[in-house]
Amino acid sequence: MTAAPRMRPIRVVLAKPGLDGHDQGAKVVVRALLAAGMEVIYTGLRQTPEAVARIARDEDVDVIALSSMAGSHLAFCRRLKPLLDEAGLADKLWIIGGNLPKQDHGELRALGFRGIFPSSSRLDDITAFIEREVRGSRAATQPEAHA
Amino acid sequence: MNDRLPAGIAPVVNESGIEIQPLYTAADVAASGGDAMLGRPGEFPFTRGIHPMMYRKQPWTMRQYTGFGNAADTNARFKYLIANGQTGLNVAFDLPTQCGLASDYPLADGEVGRVCMAIDTLRDVEVAFEGIDLDRITVSLTINGSASILIAMYLAMAERRGFDVAKLRGTAQNDILKEFVGRGTWIYPVEPSLRFVGDTIEYCAKHAPKYSPVSVCGYHIRESGANPAQEMAYAFCIACAYADEVLKRGVPIDEFAGRLSFNFNIFGNLFEQVAKFRAGRGLWAKLVAERYGATKPGSMWLRMIAGGGGSGLTFEQPELNIVRGAYYALVSALSGAQTMALCCYDEAYTIPSEYAQRISLRTMQLLIEEIGLADTVDPLGGSYYVETLTNRMRSEMERIIAGVDARGGIVGLIASGEIQSQVSAQAYRRQRDLESGAYRKVGVNCYRTEDEEPDVEFHPYDEADARAQVARLAEVRCTRDGAAVERALEAVRRAAAEGSNTMPSIVEAVKAYASVGEITGALVSVVGRYREPVRFGE
Repeated sequence: MTAAPRMRPIRVVLAKPGLDGHDQGAKVVVRALLAAGMEVIYTGLRQTPEAVARIARDEDVDVIALSSMAGSHLAFCRRLKPLLDEAGLADKLWIIGGNLPKQDHGELRALGFRGIFPSSSRLDDITAFIEREVRGSRAATQPEAHA
Repeated sequence: MNDRLPAGIAPVVNESGIEIQPLYTAADVAASGGDAMLGRPGEFPFTRGIHPMMYRKQPWTMRQYTGFGNAADTNARFKYLIANGQTGLNVAFDLPTQCGLASDYPLADGEVGRVCMAIDTLRDVEVAFEGIDLDRITVSLTINGSASILIAMYLAMAERRGFDVAKLRGTAQNDILKEFVGRGTWIYPVEPSLRFVGDTIEYCAKHAPKYSPVSVCGYHIRESGANPAQEMAYAFCIACAYADEVLKRGVPIDEFAGRLSFNFNIFGNLFEQVAKFRAGRGLWAKLVAERYGATKPGSMWLRMIAGGGGSGLTFEQPELNIVRGAYYALVSALSGAQTMALCCYDEAYTIPSEYAQRISLRTMQLLIEEIGLADTVDPLGGSYYVETLTNRMRSEMERIIAGVDARGGIVGLIASGEIQSQVSAQAYRRQRDLESGAYRKVGVNCYRTEDEEPDVEFHPYDEADARAQVARLAEVRCTRDGAAVERALEAVRRAAAEGSNTMPSIVEAVKAYASVGEITGALVSVVGRYREPVRFGE
């Protein structure tokens, strides 16, 4: 009898894009992800799209998460998308949370953000979504992990 | 265990950790310290109010937080609010301005004029306040990282318009230590940041003695997760750090303490907040008198703006925020605040509309005109409950301050990220309690209405506006005396490097139309940039 191969913990980079300084929510989400057993690289404030793409690539993450409260999410994500594609991170899970008006959700989805968590989202919904999506994509690409 | 509770009655503990009894009597007041710190309004220790007549003589100043797009659009909103009876201005700057970046800097892309008004040079400040009587309408600048530059611009603008700077009243937020805990518009490392705040206080004490160069904010520490007692205790620790910085330059306490002002949060339990403010007034007076030997009563006054409480408002059923705002205004008036600003009902979604701003303004006006809040000083004074809670809250704040002092002081605890980690752990617990229903929030975890589209008008953002701001900056760069700007920036670098007061050189630089970005760049070239500590412990 051998134990099932250990699953690598889900690795998440959580970034605060642009100049927005409202980090209460981002830090709360970091704590929720840690409590759910994930590894989190929290970037702190003032990240450029280039920095987010670089950190995501260097840290070999499964999830790229942004927290935006100050309204510049579309401008930022339009610049981030080609950089993530270029860094070979198109198959990772991209999610975004914060003050995200409904009318922007369509474009965020089109840019590749599969998870959109506007203000008042629940922590357990965020962690459950990440677990489901990452497990799903691992099952698709690394079937041996479930042997 | 509370032996006073009959069987079946659940205990209640307020957010600051104090157990609340179902009934209070004179015995509770006596057991909590009696009326030793009560006094009369206008007399030490000012627990009941800093003035003997309070709102009978002058109602609170009404100062809604306002700013968007460019200086001209914001000027129009200022005039609208003044025409509707607002008595002060509270200026909101966009993030590039707050972070000390020029509007054409790459990191400013998509952010220029987005959340608030863009300011690059003195020219923009001149436009923002055009036609506003600065002797009649006092102006509060909500600016921190780049505060010394914006204070310099404001004073230069006022002087050019013929106002006497020595008599000019107004306030700058300029509380950088709290920016490291919450809000996040820091620029320089902690030590030089503290020094630059000291520069503004020292400069204003000499040149603009009626101007309040700092408004110490418990507000954002509370937003970041602190409880009400921590909010006020940490604000006092921060205010003391600024006082220490100025005292070591040889400026006597009575020459600047009277110009320190405060900004506090209001959401939560009504009685806990009122007790917090009453307790805080007595505690601050005692601190300034005992720790620093101040003798002027004005030095001991806890002058404050209160009324906002963003974390208390909800995304769900936003119209309920109008009701919450009215209660917060009531709390603020019962607490004896000098100035009031309310969060608008649509603020969880967008920059407030003119309509939402007017509702907030009318809320404050009807408290004065219809409800009788301005008739009597400290109307809750003498309540067994409020007096007991005031004493208990003061003891709790004293305990927190002693703890900070014992751990080496607030500056070190912020630089290491300990305060940030503590309040964020509390914010996490509050969020979990909100989601479990232990922390009740109407419309969020009880009395929900599903699938209702909120009636909120989104503030438009126009990319063309941002391009126009960049063009205005380019035009100023072309028309100003470039050599004079370079000389002025060199003087700023020299003052920063020598450790002399940077304000005189910053004032000269803004008058030469150096931009916020250039002056910040000059200071960064000498003192460097802040790096955020990342900690996720308790």
